[in-house]
This record gives sequence, structure tokens and C-alpha cells, in this order.
Amino acid sequence: MKLSEQDRQLLNRVQQDFPLHPEPFKVLSDQLGVPEQEILDRLRSLEQQNAISRFGAVFNHHRAGASTLAALAIPEHEIEEVAAFVSSFAEVNHNYQREHEFNLWFVVNATDQKGVEKVLNQISATYEYPLLDLPMVKGYHIDLGFPLW
Amino acid sequence: MTELKLDQALIKKVISATQNGLPICERPYQRIAEQLGIGEDELIELMQKMLSAGLIRRVGLVPNHYALGYRFNLMTVWDVADQSILALGEKVGQLDFVSHCYQRPRQEPDWHYNLFAMVHGRDEQEVEQQVAQIKQLLGDACRAMTQLNSLKILKKTGLRIRS
Repeated sequence: MKLSEQDRQLLNRVQQDFPLHPEPFKVLSDQLGVPEQEILDRLRSLEQQNAISRFGAVFNHHRAGASTLAALAIPEHEIEEVAAFVSSFAEVNHNYQREHEFNLWFVVNATDQKGVEKVLNQISATYEYPLLDLPMVKGYHIDLGFPLW
Repeated sequence: MTELKLDQALIKKVISATQNGLPICERPYQRIAEQLGIGEDELIELMQKMLSAGLIRRVGLVPNHYALGYRFNLMTVWDVADQSILALGEKVGQLDFVSHCYQRPRQEPDWHYNLFAMVHGRDEQEVEQQVAQIKQLLGDACRAMTQLNSLKILKKTGLRIRS
């Protein structure tokens, strides 16, 4: 879908620093000079058009629990089966098939490190393929949104 | 640290109540506060503290980049000299088209890339230019790189922390 210039600006404004205020859209209305009702209508319409994936707080997985990015090198013909097994864990919240020798990439989140290890151990005990376990060492820009252009 | 002073049980409840998102309405916090059985002010204050403590990265709206035409996302991975990664990681992270930038450990001999940058664009050409820009920025400190196209999104959900 093509965004109108107004919607593009609105989306860029609300990606971060959303007001923590009882009437956040009223605050935005004052800042943007757009009536509160219009902001709400436009955001609802964008939501209906599936242009919004989420509205709310983005939690710091690292601080809220433990997480890692893991990858498996799986023979092509088995990838579907292994991918379904990996996705079946509630702790796995992203799972992508990628074009590389390591062809399945997934993020494991748990309340603590033991929980992460438990999932990885279960996966490697079931499928003995090369496994990468790449927890974050340092974040340089983490999910802060980025401007649409 | 500030977060130690926060009520951990309440924090878990807040995460659990807001992980499916806030409603788009005049008083979104009131709606969530009612579900939690706490005051609207109390919820806002707590979220403010969680933000200051780094438990919440940001409050806002996450666009559906794919639906908006940013269909090409690419995980680019770089083998950057250890002594330069701190400064260069910061620079890469500041690029507009980079949504995530992390340093991760090498896992020799299988994996020697230590810098991950997720780039987004509307077409292949745009993404290629972005990759070239990162390459130029890293210069000689970069020994190797590769890019991992995503072929299929098999699962993508928000964080689920069971309370």
C-alpha cells in the first residue's frame, strides 16, 4: 500500500516517544496541530489496512529475561520438519528460513538463561545439525524504529 | 539499579497485559489499568520507571514494514576487527535504514561474523546500495561479509513472557 504524506509523518512521529500521559493522542494533537479525533481515525484506518504491526511498549528482551539468536544448518529436504519443531516452542518468537548454509535462524527468549539453554538442548538432542548460539554482546541500535522514507 | 526497586510481580503483569498491544483509543492506559486492577496514574508511572530502567525500550507504534512496501529486508553480517567494532558498530547503528545492529560472538570455525545489521528497503537495488554504504563505512576494518536473504518467515510473534 502507498502511504499518504500525512500518514507517513504521523507514523514516523508515533514510532517512539509516544506520550506516557492519560490522553496521549491529545498530547500528540497539540504537538502536531491535528485534531485528536483525526489522529485516532487515521491510526485506526491504518490498523485496518494492516499497516501497523503493533502499538504499545517494546520490551527489552535482554533485560526482561534471557535471549539468543540461534541458527541451524539443515539439509534442504528436512528443513520444513525441523522448522516446524523449532517454531513449536513458545520461547521461539522469530523463525526465518534464510539463504545460507545455516538456513534456519531463530530467536529464543526465556525468563532466564537456563530456559534458553533448555530449548537449545532439546533442539540439538532431536536434530543433530550444526548449531550456532549467538547471544548479543552489545546492541548498537535495538528496535528503536526507523523513519519511513 | 532502579529496576530492583520496582515491583517485579507487577512488572510481569504489565508486560503480560500490554504485550498484545495498547488499544487505539482516547485513554489507552486507563483500559489496561482497569484490566490490571490498578490506577491509570499508577500504570503510567510504572511504565515511565520501566522506560528509565531500560526494561521498556520505547513506547510507540511499530509499522508493518512489509505491508508498507519495505519488502526487502536483509540480514547482513560482517567480520569486523575487534579493536574497531565499538566505534564502527555505533556508526552502522545510526544509519536510517538499519533497524537492528548488534555485536554477537564469533563461533569458530563455523561462524566468524561479529556484527549483525538488519537493513530494510523497498526493492533489491535500494538494499544493494545500503549494503555498499555499510561496506564503505567499515572500510579496512571489515575482513569479510555476507548477506542472508530471508526466504520465508516461519514464525513471528511479539515477546511472550508467561506471568
